[in-house]
Amino acid sequence: MSEMTYRDALNLALKEEMRRDPSIVVWGEDVALYEGSFKVTRGLLAEFGEERVLDTPISENTIVGVAVGAAMGGLRPIAELMTVNFALLAMDQIIDHMTKIRYMFGGQVNLPMVIRAPGGGGSQLAAQHSQSLETFFMHAPGMHVAYPATPADAKGLLKSAIRDNNPVMFLEHELLYNSKGDVPDDPEFLVPFGKCDVKREGTDITVVAYARMTVLALQAAEELAKEGIACEVVDLRTLSPLDADTFVASVKKTGRAVVVEECWKTCGLGAEIATRIYDGCFDSLRAPVRRVSGLDVPMPYSRQLEKLCIPRVEDIVAAVKETVAAKY
Amino acid sequence: MKEMSLRAILPDHELVRMYEQMVLCREFEESCAEQYTKGHITGFLHLYSGQEAVAVGSTHALRKDDYILSAYREHAQAIVRGAEPRRVMAELFGKATGICKGKGGSMHLFDPDLAFMGGYAIVGGQFPIAVGLAFASKFRKEGRVAACFFGDGAVNQGTFHESLNWARLWELPVLFVCENNAYGIGTSVERASALADIHKRTCGYDIPSVRVDGMDVMAIHDAVKWGAEWVRQQNRPYLIEALTYRFRGHSMADPGKYRSAAEVELWKARDPLPAFAIRLIEEGIVTQAELGAIKQEAIAIVQEAVTFAEESPWPEDGAVWEDIYV
Repeated sequence: MSEMTYRDALNLALKEEMRRDPSIVVWGEDVALYEGSFKVTRGLLAEFGEERVLDTPISENTIVGVAVGAAMGGLRPIAELMTVNFALLAMDQIIDHMTKIRYMFGGQVNLPMVIRAPGGGGSQLAAQHSQSLETFFMHAPGMHVAYPATPADAKGLLKSAIRDNNPVMFLEHELLYNSKGDVPDDPEFLVPFGKCDVKREGTDITVVAYARMTVLALQAAEELAKEGIACEVVDLRTLSPLDADTFVASVKKTGRAVVVEECWKTCGLGAEIATRIYDGCFDSLRAPVRRVSGLDVPMPYSRQLEKLCIPRVEDIVAAVKETVAAKY
Repeated sequence: MKEMSLRAILPDHELVRMYEQMVLCREFEESCAEQYTKGHITGFLHLYSGQEAVAVGSTHALRKDDYILSAYREHAQAIVRGAEPRRVMAELFGKATGICKGKGGSMHLFDPDLAFMGGYAIVGGQFPIAVGLAFASKFRKEGRVAACFFGDGAVNQGTFHESLNWARLWELPVLFVCENNAYGIGTSVERASALADIHKRTCGYDIPSVRVDGMDVMAIHDAVKWGAEWVRQQNRPYLIEALTYRFRGHSMADPGKYRSAAEVELWKARDPLPAFAIRLIEEGIVTQAELGAIKQEAIAIVQEAVTFAEESPWPEDGAVWEDIYV
């Protein structure tokens, strides 16, 4: 084990995989010479050279589309979108092409490619740079979607994403890049897709979360423990495939659930998870599933307003208390 | 000036093969129209009749391992590349024996063994994919060119400009071939493009280009032959604009009221099939009797394809969940 940041864990995953497999190439806006806007690609150009690490023009749709073509042509491209907000410019290549090519061509071709995209709010970047678009990607069949919460998961999931023969949308939370944690040193350490991680065990209520929301849920659980409420925190890790079995099993045990999502509430992933819980263990529920969600507003700039829009620890604490206290 | 003799360019058997393929494509498309009116082919159906010279001339000028990508009017591109007409027809019928198991249909033919890398139905969607294939070819030192076919309507999509810029910037072997058939559905080039001379639009990206007669199969052949070899040697993109015309509407749903009958007749008088046939006869490469036999053979192939498609099984219900993920 080594302690490192989420950023360094991602960086190490890229380096280890690129050393292992010479067909891996990396491109995106400012990923090479500038070493990435968030420095996740630091040192790649120096180690792997300009044939494998390439800066691109500001052409997001084509950044993804060229990766689709390169994957068809036998490479394993990793395309970085500077932030997930710019994925909206690339939705044609992501949704119309990347996720459909295998199916509409009758399974004759695989697209082993990864799109890395930092996202999430909380840095006062206003409406166009603070979005949480994870639900958009979950909605479309044909790709996997990962969104790690810890440095260890960041490394293990990114390595699995790179080795996956399916296209993967790999989301990274901008506010987690500096977070620290223990990461296994084994270069074969992989975190499987489609497996939630129970990050804290408890008996009173299940809190389902992902990425930065998992970090907040764990903080909330710590506070709630002081008041005698034992939360079980289930971290989704991959949003697609969605491991409903694990969170449903947890809810069967606890009888109550809160889902924490950073995205907008309306048609957000929390609605999907709540439905899976109702489908999977309605009889076990002792209270309705509650959602703690991003507000359904474009993100405001002012710190005073922005903080209202993203779930906070106190919001999770309040939702858990209300759910636990509810009598039906 | 007298044109160069065909025999100076290609051997007799290949010239005859090219004509056979043009006739086969025409018969195939006209049969598709019939099958559509019978309700055997459904969904969108965009026919290639009139544009055969482009697919045939290009394919014979490319290396067999060069990538070909196209849009949604691509039956002929696939067949000329080597796809079996019966499996293409079965795909159009939605049958399990189709080239894509009935999952793609008319607009999404694909066969990686033929380096036929797909028909794409979002206008301009194939540009970045062609650039990516060219990158892979260069990275792996394969010497393959990515030949990207598209219509005149696609040149106003952002991907066209992004991909031209990218292919030149990264020095990638992409051959862009615009099949300018004068209309994007019902909107003429002049009504859609500020600069209607599409080949000139590459200036902004420092990419050389040429405009050729898209009704002349040998003109296409020669332009693609030269262009593809230049691309291969220079590792740089090149663009060919082929002036052509579709004899039918945009799709089967289009009665074509935006074109005058006189205009259509003018272009039909330049039909690439008889034009090529006359040259073949003039040079003594085929006889009139052989031309008749070629047509009968094409009709037989297409009839057999229809029978095969009719008799083929539908996909099993379980197939709906297959091929999404590896």
